[in-house]
Amino acid sequence: MTHASRRAVGLALTSLTGLAAFLMVAMLALILLDVIANGASHVTWTFLSQPPSDGMMGGGIFPAIIGTAALTLLMTLAVMPVGVLTAVYLHEYAPPNSRFARWVRVAVVNLAGVPSIVFGLFGLGFFILFVGKGMDRMLGHEELYWAQPGILWASLTLAVLTLPVVIVSTEEALRAVPMDHRTASLALGATQSQTLARVVLPGALPGILTGAVLAISRGAGEVAPILFTGAAYFLPDLPSRLNSQFMHLGYHTYVLATQSPDVEATRPLLYATVLVLLLLTFALNLVAVIIRTRTRRKAAGAH
Amino acid sequence: MDRQAVMQQGLAETIPVPRLSPEARRRQLREKAIAGFITLMAFTGIAALVLILVFVAKEALALFTEAEARHEASLSKMFLPQVVRQNRPPAFVWQPVSGVPKVSMIPLFIGTLKTTAVSMLVAVPVGVFGALYAAEFAPRRLRELLKPVIELLAGIPSVVLGFFALMVMATFLQDTLGLNTRLNAVVAGLGLALAIVPVIFTVAEDSLTAVPRSYREASLALGATPWETAWKVVLPAAAPGILAACVLGFGRAIGETMIILMASGNAAIVSANLGDSVRSLSATIAAEMGEVVVGSTHYSLLFFIGVQLFLFTFVLNMLASTWTKRVVKKLTGSAS
Amino acid sequence: MEARELTLRYGTKTAISKISLAILERQVTALIGPSGCGKSTFLRTLNRMNDLIPGTNHTGTILLDSMDIYDRSVDVVDLRRRVGMVFQKSNPFPKSIFENVAYGLRVGGMKDKNELNTRVEKSLRGAALWDEVKDRLNESALGLSGGQQQRLCIARAMAVEPEVLLMDEPASALDPIATAKIEELIHELKAQYTIAIVTHNMQQAARVSDRTAFFYMGELVECGPTEQIFTNPREKRTEDYVTGKFG
Ligand SMILES: Nc1ncnc2c1ncn2[C@@H]1O[C@H](COP(=O)(O)OP(=O)(O)O)[C@@H](O)[C@H]1O
Ligand SMILES: [Mg+2]
Repeated sequence: MTHASRRAVGLALTSLTGLAAFLMVAMLALILLDVIANGASHVTWTFLSQPPSDGMMGGGIFPAIIGTAALTLLMTLAVMPVGVLTAVYLHEYAPPNSRFARWVRVAVVNLAGVPSIVFGLFGLGFFILFVGKGMDRMLGHEELYWAQPGILWASLTLAVLTLPVVIVSTEEALRAVPMDHRTASLALGATQSQTLARVVLPGALPGILTGAVLAISRGAGEVAPILFTGAAYFLPDLPSRLNSQFMHLGYHTYVLATQSPDVEATRPLLYATVLVLLLLTFALNLVAVIIRTRTRRKAAGAH
Repeated sequence: MDRQAVMQQGLAETIPVPRLSPEARRRQLREKAIAGFITLMAFTGIAALVLILVFVAKEALALFTEAEARHEASLSKMFLPQVVRQNRPPAFVWQPVSGVPKVSMIPLFIGTLKTTAVSMLVAVPVGVFGALYAAEFAPRRLRELLKPVIELLAGIPSVVLGFFALMVMATFLQDTLGLNTRLNAVVAGLGLALAIVPVIFTVAEDSLTAVPRSYREASLALGATPWETAWKVVLPAAAPGILAACVLGFGRAIGETMIILMASGNAAIVSANLGDSVRSLSATIAAEMGEVVVGSTHYSLLFFIGVQLFLFTFVLNMLASTWTKRVVKKLTGSAS
Repeated sequence: MEARELTLRYGTKTAISKISLAILERQVTALIGPSGCGKSTFLRTLNRMNDLIPGTNHTGTILLDSMDIYDRSVDVVDLRRRVGMVFQKSNPFPKSIFENVAYGLRVGGMKDKNELNTRVEKSLRGAALWDEVKDRLNESALGLSGGQQQRLCIARAMAVEPEVLLMDEPASALDPIATAKIEELIHELKAQYTIAIVTHNMQQAARVSDRTAFFYMGELVECGPTEQIFTNPREKRTEDYVTGKFG
């Protein structure tokens, strides 16, 4: 190949890869611009603070915001202890070459790949029809109380779904805590659990928070797992009990986009809902990215 | 010296060995309890995976145990062509709610395959080339910008991507490609591509950056240009990882629900035309579970689809993780 | 404290073999020898820090007050409170100066604020650091200089009032002035503590220690009063080493 043609091919290939990268950024920008341009003017205080009205053709999304927040709060409460302790087991407690630890890792990787709709089926089959039914029988409820879709079951389903996110980020955070700190603590006569509670977990806190934020952002946007575990089509009341159904920003988006009798009339509401949902997840993701780059930089500086 | 040591040893042995103090014993017990609790918590991940399979399969079990369900939805009815109407050739039809339920899964497989194929066709080149750009050619500042941007793209909820495909891409594509239906495999597949491009990009970029610098330096020193190095040295070295990226993206595409539910049109049509509406496995579950009677054959069928999705993605995941391990082993093994 | 016929392996690799050595009370024992000869390994065995490294196994005994420290009746946490350790690389926690020194006391169950204050001050004074940090006890320990950090680690180890203090090349990463301060400190500490110090610096061993043990390839070649080891060693290898013929 001649020098010139080599350079030409090189230039073509480099620009092709550049084009691919550009395409990804452009699509993101396109989505954002479209949603902002069509939604921004409708995100008003009334929109944020009112329930939907006129058969979903008017009003706001207040119950959906509260429902999403309550759902992810419950999910976080459930997933954080389990996820963090699992990572602690894997990184701090598991004996080297532990077969159990290897199995846990394989399970976590595969859990991360299970389709979200299957989590929905699982939530229905396990939490509602098995656990809920069992509870109803044991607690003597004549009518369905726990054995029906509700915010508790939806949040637990999401907790299982986000478990890998928390485990992976926590383990990365634990890895960033210098070994020296553990040795120093143990040499001072601290037990392993004291070392964990006083040195290791505080050191890993930023990374653990990143994991929490990522899990929340993932959980807040998932719709498929809550389709049959608790999301409600239209429900102006806020969830007040653990077995209440609830409205949800993502599900509301789905409903407005696909089941509206008059697409043109709901379009502004739809765009505004999407904008709120996007802002929420982006804000969360941004927080995670910032915490993470900051701690990574700090970790890099410490070595 | 030796004798002295022996003497001392003799002395030491006469001193009675005290028992562990109660305080120390309490402390040791507490530590054991904590370690046990933490180990128990770590069991959750395994338990979750097993319970998912068990409980999804449990609801599908009726298809194989109950006579009525077995008659209504036998394996041959699910997977072999059936005579649906008299005097017509046998066909694959998914119509579980009708006088005579027709339960062929083939239209759903075809729908899933069509959307997945379209998405992979777009997402693999874009994701892998984008990763190549980020890992090999991009100036450092740009790369550090690119990665968070892709993370943001990955963070977009799939319902929003579905919305975008439905509201914006569908109209645009219908106008430019002149398709008969607004919602079809192309729209759904392109929407899906938005969801899996970040997956492919991230995993591919990781395995590209795992290629030791010495590989590149050796190649450059031999007079290869940067793109030749990237193409002939770095890319092959990272190949298993890139394959893993594609497999992971594939698994994600098969299981993705909301985008397809919203943008595919959801008609279970058997055809090779990408412009036709399709109904995927995942979207079928999402669309039909709401109206189904718990315990009916149709209900069990939806769970059976769930079992299949679980198994497909499980196998794909295992493949992907084997390959990523292989690339790590290969690179660290030969680089040291 | 005393080791008898102590052998330690990492997996199948023997790091130290059949070491019998007494660390005498209220004296400074220096461990010298070329790098990789097992000094750190020996030191870590004395407060069972080697327990943390997977795959280690040992034979022989280590006695503290005629009690085998590997006996089932000995709790490793209690042992480490009696046998403290200072590491080569200073490793303060990313906490305040006060909290660093108070750490061992807190994990030992001390809660009383006044008592903590007294003990922290005493340890910092003991480590000759009090005057330098008394006005910024609540600032991060990571803001201290390298030498100060190492003295903080010594203060932290002293706060739990161990009987034996093990130091693994405590001054190897420091400049000469900081090193001199540490040496001076060791000199003062021996009135109260039993000290074992690993050093690769022969002058340092000669300056600070009462007794010196020379390790070579995992074995204890010779141990005796520092004076004698440096001026009149019994073994040829010791002589070659202390006179700088190898190492
Ligand atoms: N964690 C370990 N795993 C395996 N081998 C080790 C480990 N630590 C030390 N060693 C080996 O044990 C021998 C003694 O090491 P060490 O006690 O650190 O020597 P010194 O402190 O005298 O330089 C060396 O050969 C070293 O390679
Ligand atoms: Mg050493």
